[in-house]
Order: sequence, then C-alpha cells, then structure tokens
Amino acid sequence: MDIRIRILTIGGAVCILLMVVELVRRRKLKEEYSVLWVFTAVFILLVSIWFSLLAKVTHAIGAISPASTLFFFGLLFSLVLLLHFSVRISSLERRLTALVQEVGLMNVEEPDGEQADDGPQPAHVAEPAGVDR
Amino acid sequence: MSNHLVVIPAFNEEANVASVVADARASLPGFDVLVIDDGSGDDTAAVARHAGARVLRLPVNSGYGVALQSGYKYAVRQGYAIVAQMDADGQHRAEFMPQLLALVQDGSADIVIGSRFLDQDGHYQPSRARKVGMSVFSAMASRIMRQHVSDPTSGYQVMRHDVARFFCSDVYPADYPDADILILLHRSGFRVAEVAVQMRMPTGKSMHSGHKSIYYVYKMFLSILVTMLRPAVEKRA
Repeated sequence: MDIRIRILTIGGAVCILLMVVELVRRRKLKEEYSVLWVFTAVFILLVSIWFSLLAKVTHAIGAISPASTLFFFGLLFSLVLLLHFSVRISSLERRLTALVQEVGLMNVEEPDGEQADDGPQPAHVAEPAGVDR
Repeated sequence: MSNHLVVIPAFNEEANVASVVADARASLPGFDVLVIDDGSGDDTAAVARHAGARVLRLPVNSGYGVALQSGYKYAVRQGYAIVAQMDADGQHRAEFMPQLLALVQDGSADIVIGSRFLDQDGHYQPSRARKVGMSVFSAMASRIMRQHVSDPTSGYQVMRHDVARFFCSDVYPADYPDADILILLHRSGFRVAEVAVQMRMPTGKSMHSGHKSIYYVYKMFLSILVTMLRPAVEKRA
C-alpha cells in the first residue's frame, strides 16, 4: 500500500481515537456510544500498520483491492451505527410516550360545574382550555 | 364514582365530541365518561368538559393507541372494574354498549368487540382496498385464534379491568390496535368475543388512506409475525 495512504489512514484513525477519548472526558459522549467508534478506529489502525493482515482479509473475503475491503468494513460500520441509533430512537420514543401519558394523568380535568371527588383540585385546572394555541 | 368507565379518545373533534359524550351519558348511566384529548389544536377538551365528561389531556399529539392506553392507565389506577371505549367521531352509538357489557359481566368473555360486519346486513361499506386488507387480517386472526373474528379494527369495545391492565404494558401499539392485538390477547389466555353493532359511515378522513394503507398492510404482517414468534405471555404475570 502506498505510504501516503498509510499515513492518511493512520492519522485518521488516531484522530478518531483522540476525539472519542476527549468527548468522553468532557462527558459529551457516553461511554456506551464510544464502543463502536473505538472499535472502528482500532481496526483501521491495525490494518494500516499491519498491511499483510489487510491483504489476508481481502483475499479471504474474495475482494480484489485492499481499498474495497476498507470501504466494505467502513460501510458495514455505518450501517451498524445507524441501526443502533434506530434502536435508541425507538427506546426514546417509548419513554417519551410514557412521560406524555404521565403528564396527562397528573391533572385530569373534571367536568364543568362539578367538584373533584378525590381531593381538592387546583383552581386553574378547571379553567377553560386554549392557552396552548 | 362509578366502577364502570367509558374512554373516548379524541383528536380535533370539537364538532362531534359533545354529541358523543351526551350519547354516552344518556345511554350508559352507570358509566363515568373520560375523554382523552390527544393534543388537539381545537377546543375538544373544553367542549367535552362542558358536555359533562372528565378530560385527560395529552400535551402532544401521540396517536390513537397512546390515547387509548392513557385511558386504560387511568382506569387501572382509579380501580375501575369495567372499561368501555368508543370513538369520538360520531361513528359509534352508545346504545349497543349494554349488549357488549352483558357478555363481560356474565363471565363469558374478558373483552367484547362491537363488530360492523357480524350481522352481514351490509349496512357498513368500507372502500374496496380497505375491505381486502380487513378481510385478509381478520381471516388470519380467525385462523390463529380458531374463532370467527369479523372486525379486528373496531374501536368499540368493553373489557374487564385485567385486560385494561394488560394493555397498560409495552404490548399495546402506539398507532392502531388491530388483528395483532387480538391474536396477542388470545395467546395470553384472554377470551375475546364479538357482538354485532350498527355504526354510522365515517364522515371525514379515513385512517387508512394513500401511502398509509401500504404501510398498514406491511405493519400488520410484521406485527402478526413477531407476535407469533414471541413466547406467549401469560396474563396476570
């Protein structure tokens, strides 16, 4: 592999590693999200330094160019990351729904002209709606 | 406070909700009426309160299933023994509810669905595309449940409190409960029954239209598949 592309990939991998560590240090990135990033950076670093490994992997998966092996794993990584985000979004949506329901359940409004029969209700709850429009 | 509750989910139904609440109060004197205002932009909540309903307002529009589930959560926490539900758009008439209630009360079913198609008098004619979708999924549900299911999309139901409690968990879909939830109920050991009811034709928008109907068919197939793949959950777990 060309020395220039080797320097580029090693530099890129080291950059990603440093950024991930720094983001975790500043608590901008949770540890659990760093796993995929660190794994990828280490993989790129490994195959850049140890080129014969990349050549072996390329041969093993039947690819012709080592560059396409790197692209393939890069794409795979992106897809796994996106799937991971979809899972997180689904879980966030579930939590949001539960919260929305709790907010609704916290102040159920009594019919007009009736007093609450289970404990005193704050007066503003019974006011006609329309504030949020 | 009664121990029967009728839940009416409503989204932007200020034109219809008052008559639906009045109908429910007149036909179902033993029931408390709870309207779930699913983040409406209009005066649904105020109109419903004025008509004599209790109102649970969701701060953001969250979908039909989420609105219904909020009603079940309310019913379970307040200790209601029976939960009924009907739609706020004026399609449903409360006068048939006692027939459904009777089946729950005499212990022959845990949940009773009001079916538009059971009497086969053709009073209710959905669009052709919707008819095909409905018949495929009710056929699948009937096959799996080994009992005739004619109207799995009906939002006209009466259930015991333990069914409502079961619906409070993650099993309940956020959008539209359908054949998948009936199959799940069956697999969880609940007894499902149907009673023929008359419904008015919907006046406004249909929930299954355009690209949504394609998504609906996809979602139902997937949902029934994964419901069958999951281990059966026992009720009162």
